[in-house]
Amino acid sequence: MTNNQLTENGHLRHFLTIEGLKRPLLTEIMDRAEQFSSISHQQVKKVPLLRGKTIVNLFFENSTRTRTTFELAAKRLSADVINLNISTSATSKGESLLDTLHNLEAMHSDMFVVRHAQSGAAEFIAQHVAPHVSVINAGDGCHAHPTQAMLDMFTIRRHKQHFPDLCVAIVGDILHSRVARSQIQALAILGVGEIRIIGPQTLLPAHSDALGVHVYHDMEAGLKNVDVIITLRLQQERMQGALLPSAREYFQCYGLTDDKLKIAKPDAIVMHPGPINRGVEIASSVADGPQSVILEQVTHGIAIRMAVMSMALGSQAELEGQL
Amino acid sequence: MTIHASSNDINTLLSTMATEIRDAVGDKNPLLIGIHTGGVWIAKALEQQLGADFFDASLGTLNIAYYRDDFTRIGMHPQVTPSDLPFEIEGRHLLLVDDVIHSGRTIRAALNEIFDYGRPASVTLVALIERNGHELPIHADIIGESVTLSPDQQIKLTNNEGLNLEIISSKGIE
Repeated sequence: MTNNQLTENGHLRHFLTIEGLKRPLLTEIMDRAEQFSSISHQQVKKVPLLRGKTIVNLFFENSTRTRTTFELAAKRLSADVINLNISTSATSKGESLLDTLHNLEAMHSDMFVVRHAQSGAAEFIAQHVAPHVSVINAGDGCHAHPTQAMLDMFTIRRHKQHFPDLCVAIVGDILHSRVARSQIQALAILGVGEIRIIGPQTLLPAHSDALGVHVYHDMEAGLKNVDVIITLRLQQERMQGALLPSAREYFQCYGLTDDKLKIAKPDAIVMHPGPINRGVEIASSVADGPQSVILEQVTHGIAIRMAVMSMALGSQAELEGQL
Repeated sequence: MTIHASSNDINTLLSTMATEIRDAVGDKNPLLIGIHTGGVWIAKALEQQLGADFFDASLGTLNIAYYRDDFTRIGMHPQVTPSDLPFEIEGRHLLLVDDVIHSGRTIRAALNEIFDYGRPASVTLVALIERNGHELPIHADIIGESVTLSPDQQIKLTNNEGLNLEIISSKGIE
């Protein structure tokens, strides 16, 4: 993928994928998120940075957490936010995607936050928007979910600081997970010591070794000496596709229980992008336990999204200067 | 004043300012806030002059990057140290400190930010230097020195082994 998400000077213009980005940019996103976190100490939890900007949440696929945190992030930056649930909107009346986009542009929107079931949708939209509009990918098909990956990296950094010393294990359905794909790219760019993926053969990508990760099919072996465990949501439709026998059997083999957690390092943290299937990929006692940072991830999602939105809209000044 | 002011000159200004601060708000139990970066240096120096027991809380620092009025013109600031106000400002008397007051836009932004933390009883504006070129009706209450410069000149506070003031013109250091 070409890096049309950066300006000529290497600043973020769109945020479509982690792939191809450099470590300093990922670090800058996390540093800015750290700075924005301090706003939650204010009585008025808002800064006027994006006052007068219009951000449109274009969700072609359901989401609660991601859409809400994007909305909250935009509001904390004082932008105006419009939420469009497209599945119930214009496209169902036969309007094409590009027509919908051009209409929203005509309303002087500055940013589209896009979630779509098709891989590449955000990239497609970024190619067709007017030059003054930035596009943020909030998840496209099985391809990428870059803000989720960044909030996960931010959460890891808050707890573990030095990436090269870490061993991170991602457990579950890697094959269909845009979150896992973006996480693996981000972890690699940040120089994490060892990345492991753990899951049944049917849920791991065919050429996993090419990703630069170590592959485990056995939880006991895979969790040994791990600093960070990321469990992924097991989607019900995987069972229907005959990739797995049953949720119960999956839990027995790959569900994160207290006993399995003990195999990892004693100070290991447990992460999950949500929503959680309790008793499928993670036991309730682990999800709610002292090593879980799952709710922190949600909080950090706001600061990361503030960082990405302000950086992308900040580059607009640079683009206008070039015209 | 001379074009290059050394630590000694600045210390003299600071000690006069400290006396004025004592007279103005000495009985009001004030809180001290410095604006990044130069304002924090001046605030720290004033804190030393006034003595540890003058303030009952440690120095607050303000970074106005998110409150500036030129985001759409120049985008994000490269590096932002977050604001840190380690006290409740509601109903308190504040001393807001900056190194140089010029256009007044930084102080406009700082006041907006302060009011997002609460409603202070009063804000007293303190500056080491106030120069000509105001663009807003904002003037410091306590000033070390007023200077008149031509529009192509900038006055800059540095902090390498002590505070120093330099006047830089677009033609280079004079």
